[in-house]
Amino acid sequence: MIAELGHYALALGLILALAQAILPLLGAEMRNGRMMATGAPLALGQCLAIATAFGCLMYSYAINDTTVVNVVQNSHSAKPMLYKITGTWGNHEGSLVLWIMILAMCGAAVSAFGRELPTALRARVLGVLGLISVGFLAFTIRTSNPFERVWPPAPDGQGLNPILQDIGLAMHPPLLYLGYVGYAVTFAFAIAALIEGRVDAAWGRWVRPWSLAAWSFLTLGIALGSWWAYYELGWGGYWFWDPVENASLLPWLIGTALLHSAIVVEKREALKTWTILLAIIAFGMSLLGTFLVRSGVLNSVHSFANDPERGLFILGLLMFYLAGAFLLFAVRARAMIPTGIFSPVSREGAIVLNNLLVCSITAVVFVGTLWPLFADALFGTKVSVGPPFFNSASFPLVVPLLLAMAAGPLMPWKRAQLSSVVMKLWWVAVIGFGAFFVALLASGQKVLPAVGFAFAAWVIGAAFADIADRTALFRTNLGNAWNRAKGLPRAAWGAAIAHAGIGITAAGIAGMGLAQERLVSLAAGESTTLAGYEWRLDSVRDEVGPNWTARRAHITLLRDGRELRVMQPARRFFPLARQNTTEVAIHTNLMADLYAVIGEEDAATGRAVIRLHYNLLAPWIWLGAAVMALGGGLSLADRRVRVSAPNRAAIRAAAGAARA
Amino acid sequence: MTRKRRRLWILLLCAIGVGSATALTLTAFQDNIVFFRSPSDIMAERPAPERSFRLGGLVEAGSVQREEAAAGARPTVRFRVTDGAHAIPVTYQGVLPDLFREGQGVVTAGRFGLDGMFRATEVLARHDETYMPPEVADALKRAGHWQPEQGTPPPAATWNTLQPARTGSGS
Repeated sequence: MIAELGHYALALGLILALAQAILPLLGAEMRNGRMMATGAPLALGQCLAIATAFGCLMYSYAINDTTVVNVVQNSHSAKPMLYKITGTWGNHEGSLVLWIMILAMCGAAVSAFGRELPTALRARVLGVLGLISVGFLAFTIRTSNPFERVWPPAPDGQGLNPILQDIGLAMHPPLLYLGYVGYAVTFAFAIAALIEGRVDAAWGRWVRPWSLAAWSFLTLGIALGSWWAYYELGWGGYWFWDPVENASLLPWLIGTALLHSAIVVEKREALKTWTILLAIIAFGMSLLGTFLVRSGVLNSVHSFANDPERGLFILGLLMFYLAGAFLLFAVRARAMIPTGIFSPVSREGAIVLNNLLVCSITAVVFVGTLWPLFADALFGTKVSVGPPFFNSASFPLVVPLLLAMAAGPLMPWKRAQLSSVVMKLWWVAVIGFGAFFVALLASGQKVLPAVGFAFAAWVIGAAFADIADRTALFRTNLGNAWNRAKGLPRAAWGAAIAHAGIGITAAGIAGMGLAQERLVSLAAGESTTLAGYEWRLDSVRDEVGPNWTARRAHITLLRDGRELRVMQPARRFFPLARQNTTEVAIHTNLMADLYAVIGEEDAATGRAVIRLHYNLLAPWIWLGAAVMALGGGLSLADRRVRVSAPNRAAIRAAAGAARA
Repeated sequence: MTRKRRRLWILLLCAIGVGSATALTLTAFQDNIVFFRSPSDIMAERPAPERSFRLGGLVEAGSVQREEAAAGARPTVRFRVTDGAHAIPVTYQGVLPDLFREGQGVVTAGRFGLDGMFRATEVLARHDETYMPPEVADALKRAGHWQPEQGTPPPAATWNTLQPARTGSGS
């Protein structure tokens, strides 16, 4: 009954989305106020319907309803309740419903908080969002119905992939989808602007909070996924350049470019067509990520079920939305006349450089990720493109990006003097060189990590220099600077903090370049040394959990003969899935992670394979991402962004112009 | 600055950006593209010992041996990777992934020595036991031992005793 209700709600959602796609768009074309006004209630109704469907699916998982195929395939009665609930989106069908629910929530948010938007613009944005919903709902109902029944009921479910039975699953997909779907909203704004043929500062101001929010969520989602892989997979690494990781990085990179160029549209009314193009591509990359994950065309750790029909359907959706968007772009882009004129050395110029470099990196990652696909289709050769390619091709582009991102915020709009930027940054450069030489000496002449530390210091220092400059920290007394700091717009703080976050992550990555690893086979009582610590294997014991058994090692960590703590890595066995998982033991002091993994045991000799890592500054990688997202959140809280309308008179004038 | 000059500047910058991205991609491609080879491919054409590539197939049943290592030494594993027609011996120093199992699909990356031994630097077994890496499925098909339309692959233990299927029949 509940499953049928869910299925019905999903179908109802499709009908409402269809109406939402047609009525407001048509109304805006015909300047029919009543038809345009249907957008908001339809979006709210659609959101309610999809949320009901999602709730029904979640309920089926919670009570382990074995008459629902999706539950049977992905859940089990012995699973802890938390993982039953998070398992709702631990599979293709459920995660798709989550995706659509977030999209519907964004639509509802646009209709609830977008009262300040010009009526026609809001109607068109809601219409485009409805159109996207229609595609994905049709896809779900047609190829991936989560509510399909099975009769007679299965005795019990087949269980969830043990790797997904982790708190990481609760957080990683929802955050990532908030990011992906957020770009659907900026896409809708871009399409609406193309239909109207008008982009102005107000448009930039409305798009900015959405691109900021999407970017912040995507940053958190990617970082959480990376952290999850780090502690769950037990490989000791944090980024593998896996196709699906890349698929989440691509919209992040384009989103970063969009975030910056939208500021130029808002402040200077320049880069309009470019920003529209970025908004289209950002959503295209999100769709591409969805396609790559769900079609199984690329060899990845994330592969869902490989169903060619699903892959084709998503590819069709991708083509439809992108081809339509680009066609509209080709026809209408000429209508956007840039008014702001600027010199190459200026804040705008720096943002153009940022966009250029970020897009070049995107292109490199894009080609590397999809090359195996092309090589197979064109030449019939099976190749893979691994981390060495991505590292050697993208790092040379990251270097000028990090150099430039320090200078950009210190430049005024329109026209800047390089000499004054140099005056403000010379001491940061000195610190950067200092960091380089200190790291070089301390690490035993490892050049690349030292370069990484130098850039980390440069970027963090420049963020500080930016705030110091704005508060006149070194030019007046402290009290004065404090007053200025309080008066500084939150967006300025947000930008500086997000930039510093990049520096923190860079330091973490540089630190991981100095990570040490040791792989040994130990019997109980034997010990080994790594990074100045003595690691003694005391015992390996049996352990029993709700739906697993495990072998847990007790490793005592000693320094100079003193016992520091016991680390207990385990190797779990899930009988239902006949699968092992690795439970890593991590001890962190925020400056370094001590990381221990137990591998196989030799039954004959009782020796266990132990892998030990000393990961310098590893936590900084994710800490930096959290700081970036915090910066995004602070900018979002800026009054100028929050009160999204410049002023009501301007809107009335704009709406009048649209009608004229 | 006039609009024309500005456009020129932007075009120039774009050209530099696109050019450097292309150059970087191409040079990195040259050194870092990793080819996939099945055991039959290796038998047909011996790869150069300095070139690293990916070897994929099924882990031959009963072939996994763990070498006895002295305390503190790196543990070594030996196994054979088969596509039904041929099998290649592999050595690997490290912790095997959780899903590594005899009779299951595996992809290994490394170099093929002059002694006929593949030295793996990386062993990948995927997250899902029902998942077959596409390259491995392809290698098995080419070796003529498994038609995916006929369902799950036959048990690997019997593979080397199977007669190779006739090629060219059916599709």
